[in-house]
Formats: sequence, C-alpha cells, structure tokens
Amino acid sequence: MTTSEVEPVAGGNVGMGTEYLEVRGLTVDFDGFKAVSDVDLTLFQGDLRFLIGPNGAGKTTVIDAITGLVPATGSVNKSGVELLGKKVHQIARHGVGRTFQTASVFEQLTVLQNLDIAAGAGRSAWTLLRRRPGVLPAIEEALDIIGLTGLIDKPAGVLAHGQKQWLEIGMLLVQNADVLLLDEPVAGMSHEEREETGNLLRRIGAERTVVVVEHDMDFMRAFATSVTVLARGQVIADGSVAEVQANPKVQEVYLGTAAAGAEGIS
Amino acid sequence: MRSLAGRWQTWAGFGVAAVVLFAAAPAVLSDFRLSLLGKFLCFAIVAVGIGLAWGRGGMLVLGQGVFFGLGGYMMGMHLKIADAQLSKQPVPDFMQIAGVRKLPAYWEPFASPAFTLLAIVVVPTAIAAALGFGVFKRRVKGAYFAILSQALAAALAILLAGQTSVGGSNGLNNFRTFFGFALKGPANKRMLYFIAAAVLLIVVAVVRQLMYSRYGELLVAVRDGEERVRFLGYDPANIKVVAYTVAALFASIAGALFAPIVGFIAPSQVGILPSIVFLIGVAIGGRTTLLGPVLGAIGVAWAQSLFSERFPSEWTYAQGLLFIVVVGFFPAGLAGLGALVKRWRRAEVTPPPEPELAAAADPDPDAEKVGAQS
Repeated sequence: MTTSEVEPVAGGNVGMGTEYLEVRGLTVDFDGFKAVSDVDLTLFQGDLRFLIGPNGAGKTTVIDAITGLVPATGSVNKSGVELLGKKVHQIARHGVGRTFQTASVFEQLTVLQNLDIAAGAGRSAWTLLRRRPGVLPAIEEALDIIGLTGLIDKPAGVLAHGQKQWLEIGMLLVQNADVLLLDEPVAGMSHEEREETGNLLRRIGAERTVVVVEHDMDFMRAFATSVTVLARGQVIADGSVAEVQANPKVQEVYLGTAAAGAEGIS
Repeated sequence: MRSLAGRWQTWAGFGVAAVVLFAAAPAVLSDFRLSLLGKFLCFAIVAVGIGLAWGRGGMLVLGQGVFFGLGGYMMGMHLKIADAQLSKQPVPDFMQIAGVRKLPAYWEPFASPAFTLLAIVVVPTAIAAALGFGVFKRRVKGAYFAILSQALAAALAILLAGQTSVGGSNGLNNFRTFFGFALKGPANKRMLYFIAAAVLLIVVAVVRQLMYSRYGELLVAVRDGEERVRFLGYDPANIKVVAYTVAALFASIAGALFAPIVGFIAPSQVGILPSIVFLIGVAIGGRTTLLGPVLGAIGVAWAQSLFSERFPSEWTYAQGLLFIVVVGFFPAGLAGLGALVKRWRRAEVTPPPEPELAAAADPDPDAEKVGAQS
C-alpha cells in the first residue's frame, strides 16, 4: 500500500482491464415505491466517486442494494462477477466493503481485535480456536494509514467519533475490500477531522474504488474526483465536480429543495 | 498481550479450584453435603455453557432443560437397564409394575454403556446444531429465540410426562448401580462427586480457551453487531451455532451426571422452571465472565437448599426478587460489582471522570443487546 504517489482521478487511474464495478439498471422496489430506479454507475479502480443528492434521493439505498442488504433488480457486476442475488457476507468476501451512517465498530473490543476480526473472514476453524499469535503485517500497515497505531489496545468504545470512523475505514482496508462504499463518513466530524478524513480517502483511493455518500458540499468539492447526482431514485447527472455544478438539472434539484438549497451546490 | 504473569495466574487459579474441589470440600463436608455439592456442580456445568451462549454470544437460552433432560434421561435409561440385568429381569422395575414384559425398541441400544456415553455427547450436539442452523440462518434472534427455546423445553417436559415408557411424570429413579458400582456406598458417591468436579474444571478450561481465542472475540462481535459482522464477510449463524451447540453439550453432560448423583431424572428437571433457574445463577454471577456463572449457579443452588428447608415459599419470592434486582440494576452480575466499585474509586480520585471512559469500563453489554435485539 503505497501512499499518495498515485492520486485518484476521474474515470480511474489504471486504464481499462482493471478492477471495476458496473451497476446497470439497478432498481429497488419497496412495495410499489421505487426508492431507486434504473440507476447506472460505472466505477474504475482509482476513482473517488461522490454520490450526492437531496434527502430521500436513494443514495444509501443504492449502497444497501449493492451490498445485498435490500433486494434489487438489475445488475451489479464487479470485475466479471455478478453480485446481485448473493448474500451479504458473500458480497463482502468478493471485496465490497461498506460503512454505515453511524459508526458501528465493536465497542467492547479493542482496536486490534476489531481489525483482526475484519481481516479474518475465511479463517479455518483451527485458526479461529486459537489465540491471535501477533499483529498481522496488514493490520500494522492499516493502523499506520488510519493513524491509530498508538491506540491499538484501547477498547473501540473510548475512541473519539472521528477515530471510530477511521477505524471502520481501517477495517475495510484489512478486509481487503477494493470497492469501498462509505455512507456519510464525515457526518458529525470537526473541521480538522474532515480534512484528515479527506486526505485519508485520497491516500487509499488511489488503489481502490471509493464511493462516498455525502451531504457536505465543501467536502465533496475538496476531495471528489467524480460525482454522481441522484434525485428521486434516479441518476440526473454524472461527471466531474465542475461539470455537475454547471448542470442546470442539478441546480434545479438543489434549488428546488429548501433544505439542501440553503447549503447550495455552486 | 497476556503476559507470563497472566498465564501463571491462570494455572494458580485452576490449582486453587482443584484443591478446593478435590481436597478441601471432601475433608470438610459430610457425605450428604458433598453429594449436594455434586448436584450444584452439575448446575454449574450447565451455567458455564449458558455463560458462553448468553453472556458472550447474546443468545438468551431459556431452554437448556431440554439438553439437560436429554443427557439425564439417556443416562437414566442405561442405569435402569443395567439394574434390571443385575436382578435378572427383562425390564426395569417400573415397567414391571406397569405390566410391560418386553423392553421398548428405543431402549435397547442403551443397554450398552459405550453407546450410552456416545449418545449423551452426540444426540444433543446434533439436535442443537440442526436447530441452531434452522433458527440462526433464518435470523431468528432476541426475544423470539428466547421464546422458541423456552417453548421447546415446555414441549419436551409435557412429552416426557406423557410417556409411560420413561416413567411418566415420576421420571426415572431408584438407580442402584453406576457402571457396576453400587450407588449406596459412600466411596462410590464420592467418586461421582469427583467426576462432576473434574468435568467442571474441564468445561471451564474449554470455555476459557474459546473466550480468549479469535473465535471468542468474533462471538462478542456477533453479539454486539451481528449485521456488521455480516458485512465483514462472515455468516453469523455459523458462529452462533458453535456456541449454542457447546452449551447444549455441556447441559447434556451435566444432566447425565445429575441422574446418578441425585438419584432421579424427571420432567420436573426439564421444563421451563428449571431452565429459568439455570439462568438466574448465571445472571447473578455475571454472565459475561468465565467464573461468574459457575459461582452464581453454585451460590444460588446452595442458598436455595439452605433457605427452602426453612422458608420454602419465601425463598421463591426472594429468588424472583434477586433476579429482578440483578437484571435491573446490576446487569453484569456480582462479577460486575467489582468493576463498578473500581470505577467509583477511580471517580473519587480523579474528580472529572471522562464520560467515554466510564462508558467503556462497563463490562456489560446493554441489556437490550442480549434480550431485545431486533
């Protein structure tokens, strides 16, 4: 895991023929209410994609559908493997990791234990029944990236809010996820924490595909390489930050809703 | 992380327990009391399993009487057949009275001691594993799982009470021998007690290994965030089935020891009430700890035999009250009191306690995580 030598860029930084996530015609139907309808997304390795849109646009539902939490129709293809229809833990083993709006680390367990569990899917029964012999190199590396090396033996419950979110991202790293779906990772963070999280995403985004659901427009402008705008369950715009900001449909959606309009997109 | 001192402490702990159980108790207690302690040790073996499944795994197992009963009845059947063979009878005494002349087909394999011992291990394990897969794969948990397990205990108790071929509501009793040893002799009773004590030590050692292994960490993770574990690539059902099955196995072994030690096994030891009493000891002792369930189970059983001799009806109320107080105010049980006191002291030394630190020092998972997780 090299750090910031390679930067994430729109459309991916490794060209064709690499890892990709291709979403086609994704539709989620909650008893007749289409929370997500016919969404297409194409993500290549090295893309740091922001998924934005007004409240209720279906951003989180898209992530839920990709990770198998809610049933959906259409197709989600990760580097040739169809994910739709697989179980949640199978999708996770195919390298799709996610975080939640509320930090959901295991508070009773230490930072190390949290990471060790995240790194351990697929361990044999024999390995599971014994103690952890030491700290895995991948975990040491992840601790370094997320900056929690000094807190390795602290229960995750005592971490600050921002640190918990970083721990979650660290868990995705050791889980070996190459598609990271982050649901509002900077919600409730201080300005400094946001800055650090953004830099963290730039560092890890170079070698992976990172999708960030976010409300914070400043954060989006500072760190996104590409943006997809959702409204009422549909994709209404797609492209670089500048392109999306200039899109009249996007302006209409954001100005049309009072709450988000106040925040402003341009 | 665990230093040499920690390891030394562990061995010392096991050493002290062995001395107390194998030397001190037989020296101090009368044969009657020792046999009583043997019975409590059986409850403690069940409690260790409940501590794993409930305390560490968050599964509120309200029906351990099922597995306790299975083990007890299988052992009881073997003992009855052995007794009948010794007195050259084709069927056990209670069947003769009922006018049965031929051993029922499902009794026959239990004439073999090896088959019986194997069945005591294999049957509850297989049932628990099958049941666990069925239930946990369908994501039945929390209160629904508790009710289901309790219903199972009720059903088995009713089923057994209606079966005259296993003694109906009287169950199986009046055992004379145990694998060839006369149960009347004090030396043999003492041997049974030693077996129970040895099994308890082994069971505690097994759960200790499980608790500190990676599996144990994973089990806690499943307890506190089952969905999160799923998104890390695990199927939580498999993890829960293991703890549930181990708890069932321990309950079965305890039942199989209970039958010869106490001299009977009956539907009254299988149903809802005994299943809940198992739980009370674990809750009072401290369900998330290793030794809390053991000490809680022995303590509650001891108090019960002590007080119920003098105040039979009051004891029931006292027990209920104790359960409510512990679950309501000290969810971590007596084991949690130590941590609580430590925290108060620390709070006195450093006046402004960090709220986050205080939250983390609580070794107890929220009650709702165990009981009412949706």
